[in-house]
Formats: sequence, structure tokens, C-alpha cells
Amino acid sequence: MSNTIDLKKGLDIPIKGAAARKVVKTVVPDVAALKPSDFKGLVPRLLVREGDSVLAGSPVMCDKRNPEILITSPVSGTVHQVLRGEKRKLLAVLIKADGKNEAVDFGKRKVAPLTADDVRELLLKSGLWAGLVQRPYGVMADPAVKPKAIFISAFDTAPLAADFDFALGDQAGHVQTGINALAKLTGGGVHVSLNVENYSGSPFHKIEGAALHIIRGRHPAGNVGVQISHISPIKKGETVWTVSLTILAAIGKLFDTGRCDLSRKVAVTGPAAENPAYVEAFPGMPMSAVSEFCKKDCDVRYISGNVLTGENVGADGYLGFFDNQVTLIGEGREKELLGWAKPFRPKLFSTSHCYFSWLTPKKVYDMDTNLHGGPRAFVATKCFADVTPMEIFPIYLIKACLAGDIDKMEQFGIYEVLPEDLALCDYVDPSKNDIQAIISNGIDLMIKEMA
Amino acid sequence: MAEESNVSKPGLFEKGGKLGFLHSTADAFETFLRVPGTVTRRGAHIRDAIDLKRVMIIVVLALVPAALFGMWNVGYQTSVATGAGWGFLQMFWFGFLKVLPLYLVSYIVGLAIEFISSQIRNEEVNEGYLVSGMLIPLIVPVDVPLWMLALAVAFAVIIGKELFGGTGMNIWNPALLARAFLFFSYPSKMSGSEVWINLNRGTAVDGFTGATPLSYAFDGADGLSKLDGAGFDFWSLFAGFVPGSVGETSVIAILIGAVILLWTGVASWKIMLSSVAGGLLVGWLGTAFGVTDIPAYYQLVLGGFAFGTVFMATDPVTSAQTETGKWIYGFLVGALTVTVRLFNPGYAEGMMLTILMMNTLAPLIDHCVVSRAVSKRAKRV
Repeated sequence: MSNTIDLKKGLDIPIKGAAARKVVKTVVPDVAALKPSDFKGLVPRLLVREGDSVLAGSPVMCDKRNPEILITSPVSGTVHQVLRGEKRKLLAVLIKADGKNEAVDFGKRKVAPLTADDVRELLLKSGLWAGLVQRPYGVMADPAVKPKAIFISAFDTAPLAADFDFALGDQAGHVQTGINALAKLTGGGVHVSLNVENYSGSPFHKIEGAALHIIRGRHPAGNVGVQISHISPIKKGETVWTVSLTILAAIGKLFDTGRCDLSRKVAVTGPAAENPAYVEAFPGMPMSAVSEFCKKDCDVRYISGNVLTGENVGADGYLGFFDNQVTLIGEGREKELLGWAKPFRPKLFSTSHCYFSWLTPKKVYDMDTNLHGGPRAFVATKCFADVTPMEIFPIYLIKACLAGDIDKMEQFGIYEVLPEDLALCDYVDPSKNDIQAIISNGIDLMIKEMA
Repeated sequence: MAEESNVSKPGLFEKGGKLGFLHSTADAFETFLRVPGTVTRRGAHIRDAIDLKRVMIIVVLALVPAALFGMWNVGYQTSVATGAGWGFLQMFWFGFLKVLPLYLVSYIVGLAIEFISSQIRNEEVNEGYLVSGMLIPLIVPVDVPLWMLALAVAFAVIIGKELFGGTGMNIWNPALLARAFLFFSYPSKMSGSEVWINLNRGTAVDGFTGATPLSYAFDGADGLSKLDGAGFDFWSLFAGFVPGSVGETSVIAILIGAVILLWTGVASWKIMLSSVAGGLLVGWLGTAFGVTDIPAYYQLVLGGFAFGTVFMATDPVTSAQTETGKWIYGFLVGALTVTVRLFNPGYAEGMMLTILMMNTLAPLIDHCVVSRAVSKRAKRV
């Protein structure tokens, strides 16, 4: 039993629209999309043509540089359309589901006798390899690498995030199998972090074969990157892998049942969602499947993921490969007369005491996507450090990224962060800079220069 | 037809419109009146309600007590010096009429340059000058000629801020830069004993000197008795019934501002606290070694110490950025200010130049703090 890691910094944004712990709908597959952009580092090569029939688990794309990494179909059916953008860039492959949900049989395996090579081969073949994320940089895991360790966060602190205990509680057995399998790929063991608040109640606290860590704190305490920096920080030259609990359950299921089954409980959340709750769905699910949750007469933004890091996919978009949450939120296009000068703005939340929302800590807010200001140079910068529970100087890292200074970025901790770890800086910045985009550009530059 | 309606003509002030070159200005007025309906495009989809306008308006609000008191004190000092025997409202009205032109010049010149620069840079107008413009009239003698003030404001905004890229990019506090410009260019209007009190074209009563308490306090090692002799006791210094720059005299008014700044978290309490600590420490050393007989706590109420500590040293752009750096920076501001007072009787007010010097050194302090942390990081296991 390890000690509790106490994170003092952070912020839980009090946004309205948490999902009730019940499944209200099973999304019947109609069309599913596979988006190469979900996988950082993937240079896609298409393996199918329009009209080909596929099963759940059949390869659809592979990585050009590492052709053994496959992206496989989440459903069975036929390849309906290949969407391309400028310069024929592959945007998405749409698969029309036949409703039979037939899957490729990879064969049940007992994990214990398998070697690392067996595990790797099966993961690559099934397409679940693409679910492993490698740090630094947050790219797809390189099969040729033996990572220092593998980290898993068993809770999510992001705004309105799906509750893993509810969403994956019935899959604890598969999660255990997944951990046993992944443990073979690393010398440093598997680390699982649990939330202090429901540590003993969590179905995952009985997990064996992994080092358990208990974390206390507000968001981003549930971010695996923050946890790594407190458990075993990534130094230059080191590589670690992370995997989301959702993918881990799918990996376990692959070994237990022989099928690649990415279906998951997806939390439909957000201030613009009527009766937010969970739906039984699968990655690549079209947003139209949850449009019935939208409040009427409201200009809604469909976010695949949470409000801090998710992607605005639009009403005709699709759920991302890694996401188990849809956030519906109103577009804030209204202009507020003298808004910034009003002494009280009871409908808005601010972490700053320049407003009075800190006097009502229990209140939740009907937030929208208004920027609440205009872009400015950095002025007040202490707020970044207040929401970043890591041993880094966020503002120096951000400025190093802006300057494109590789050495400085390295010194200030670029190896330890992904944009999601600094997502709250986006939120709190009074100068309305897009910090995540800056960090993301910095990471891209590192990948380019260090390759 | 449908296509045509999509390609609407740019508005009068939009890019490509007739007066498109004025879009920064138009935009500034528009966003001043109404929070823009811009929605998030990248990054986090929701944003905090706080913006720079709100931050800046809080600072302006915090300065209001000092400004109001300063106006009254201008009238009060004139009334005492000329033996006019005015009432409260008369004193305030007199001061108001004296200070108002300073504000007009400060804001008109400063904002004009700010707007033009934003236009040239093609950016939105930054709110930073709202604070600088509020500060400048409070840190000059009430009788400073308006053209000098205009020149100083132009210097501070152009050389001190816009050349570096505008608010957020500047190295030195623009308000203090304006004061330093006046001080070095027109010393006769900025120091000595004639400049602090407006005599309303009349003559002073017998025995009137017009000198600030600071000039008594550090004139030799027996400053305390000289202060007392001139009628400046601790209470009058604390309350601010003394000659000095418009807004700097009343520690009470400044403390009200300090409470607002600390309550809202706009200014760093670390800088304020460590500056006070630095001032007290050096002040105490001064009495312990017999350099002066002024008790250390007098240092906090004399001259511009309180005003500088609360409103100037805490400027988030020009002060140290790291938390450890803020302790060091603040402490040095306080300590050096009092050191100058003790050892430079010729010009005892060290606050302005100390803060400007510490502004210059703040990046160095941060560099040291950050380098230490970086090397600690590199060594951790």
C-alpha cells in the first residue's frame, strides 16, 4: 500500500449537467467513423476500399512508418465512404454497420503463459495497440520500445467526466486481465492510480499485479500525466506508456473473449443536455445518436470528450476513439452589455475573487462557450501555477514553446506534459490565450527536431 | 443569389471596410460597452469570466480612495499654507479642479498613443493604460505643468511600453517611468520645497516652508525631532495631512486600496509583505547603528513607501513572476528604498528609482529561481 499523494493545486469547474448513473439508451450502430486524427503520430495508409465488407476487428488502416500498427473497425458492416480533405488528406473512414455485430475471432487466451511477443502481436493484430499512448509527446506507442513503466488512471477528474466506477465497474475482471497482459510489456511494472475519495468503494482497488497509488486533489489530479510526475517523473530519454481504463478493459476483453469489443458506456453530459445520463455506445458513434439529449431552442456545440480537452465535432461529427463522454454546451454568442464592469454577474463562475462566485462554492453554473474577453499578452500569470499540480513553471514552459526554444522546453518539462495537463490554464487565463494549442505546437516541434 | 448574401460587405470599421484602418479603435469602444460574443475556437471550450478589463478596473477602483483623499489634501494644504480657512467641500472642490486636468492630460495623451499603437500592431487595445493613467497623476506634484506631464506620459508609453510590444511586454512600470522622466528632465518642478503645495496665486502665511516630511526626516541623524518640530507626528503621516505627491500621502487611503487588491488577489501579498519587512529591517538597522533616530515603522508612512509598495511594486508585468522571486523582489524593494533614505539625504525619496531598478533586476531574480528549480529537477530521481 503506497502513501496518498496529496495535490494541493487544481480546480474543479462547477459546470452543470453531470450524467445520472444510469444507462438510458443503447445506441444501435448505424454508421461508425474511424478518424486518423484520433491517433497522434499516425500516418495513415488505407487498407480497404469503399464497398469492402469488414467485421469488428478487421483492419481498416495501418501506420505507414510502422505497418504492423493497425486501426481496426469497431463494428461489422461495409466501408461506406472515405472522407478526404485538402491534399487528399484522409479525414475519416465511414463504416455502415450491418447490425449483426460480427467480430473477428482472435481466440481466447490465458495471459499467464504468454510471452511479451505474444501479447504485442495480439494487440497489434486486433487494433488495440493504437490505444496505447506513449510519453513523452503522447504519441502512439512504438512496438519496438520497452517502456520504463505503464501508467493507468482509474478515475477522471475532468469536468462532468464519466464515472469509471459506474461505467467500467462491471468490467473489473477484464481490467485485471488487461493489466496482467500489459505487465509483460514493461520491466517497470504497471501503476494504477485511484481517487482517495472512493478508494475502498472502487471496484478497482482489489487489482493485483500493479502498484496502486492513491491521489487526493482536484482536477487535473485524475490526469495520468500529473500522476506520473508525482510517481516517477519522465526524464530525458525515458519512455512510458499510458492507457485509459476504457481501452484497458477492451484489452482485457480481447484476451478473455477473443473479440475486439470497444463498446463502452458513454456519458452524455453538459449544460445543454436534457436529463444527462449514460448511453451504451461505441467509438466512432455519430453525434446524431445523442442529439435527442439536446435542449430545445439552443445553439449547441457537440464536444467529443470533456469541455477542457474535447474536440468540437459538430452535430454531424463522431465520437473519438478514446472518448467516453459527450459534452453538449450552448454557444455563447450573446453580447453582454457592460459585462466586465458589472459588480455582480451571478450567472458566471470565476476562480478570481474579482467576481463574487467564490462566495457560493456549492453552486453549479450553466456555462457556455463565450470567451468572456479578448486575447491579450500575458499579464496575470500566477493563476497558471495555481491550477498545475506539477513541478513545472507553466508560464516559462509556455513561453519556451512560443519561442520554439528546444533546450528551454526540455528544461522546463516538456517531456512530462501533454496539452491536457495544462488545459486548466486555458480556462483561467484572463488574457484568453490558447495554452493547449501553444503546448501542442511545442510538442510537435520537439517531435520534429528530436526525430 | 444565395451566394451573394453569404459574401456580405465588410462593416464600416471591419477589415476591408471604409474606415477599416480604425478597427482597433472601434473594437475597443465596442468591447468596452459590450462583452464580445466571441466563442472559443481552440483549446478549452469554456473560459473563466475574468478578463483583463475586470482585473484593471479592480486596480483603478483600489486607487479611488487615494485619489479622492489626494484631491482633498491638495485643497487642505493650500488652505493651511495661505491661511484661507476653507471648509471641507471647498478644499475638495479646489483639489478636484487642480487634479482633474492632470487626469485629462494623462488619459488623453496615454490612451491616444495606446490606440494608435494598437492600430499599428493590428491588435485589440489593451486595458493596461487604464491603470497607468490612473496612477500617474497620483505620483506627481499637483503643480506640475501640464505640457511636462503630457511629455512624460508620451515618453513612458512610447519608449517604456509600446516599443516593447505593449502592455504585458514592458520591462518597467510605465507610471514610474513617467515620473522618472519628469524628475530627471525638470528637477525644479519635481523636488525641493516649493512644488508640493499650490498657493492659489496667493502668498504663504508666515513660517510656511512647504517641505515634505521626508526632507525633515532624513536631514541628519536627529530626524525625529525635526519632524516633530515641523508638526508632523505619526498620526498626521498615517492619515496623510502632509504635503507630497497627490495620492501618496494617506496611508489609510492606500490601505483601503491594498485591502481591495489583496482581497481580489490582483496584487501579490508576498510582494507587499516582503517589501514592508525589508523596509522595517533596514529602518531598524538604521536606528540600531545610530544613522537616524526615526523609528523603523515611520519608514512605512513616510513619502511614497506605502503607495509604491501597494500599487507600483506589485505590477504583475514588471515584478518578479516566480513565487520565490516575489519574496526576494519585494524584500529588496523595501530594503533598498529605506537604504537610500538613510544614506542619500540629498534626495531621500528612494521608492521610484528602487522599484525601477528592481523592475530591471526582476528577470534576473526569476532566472536564478528558475535555474535552481531546473537543476533540482535534473537531479531528482
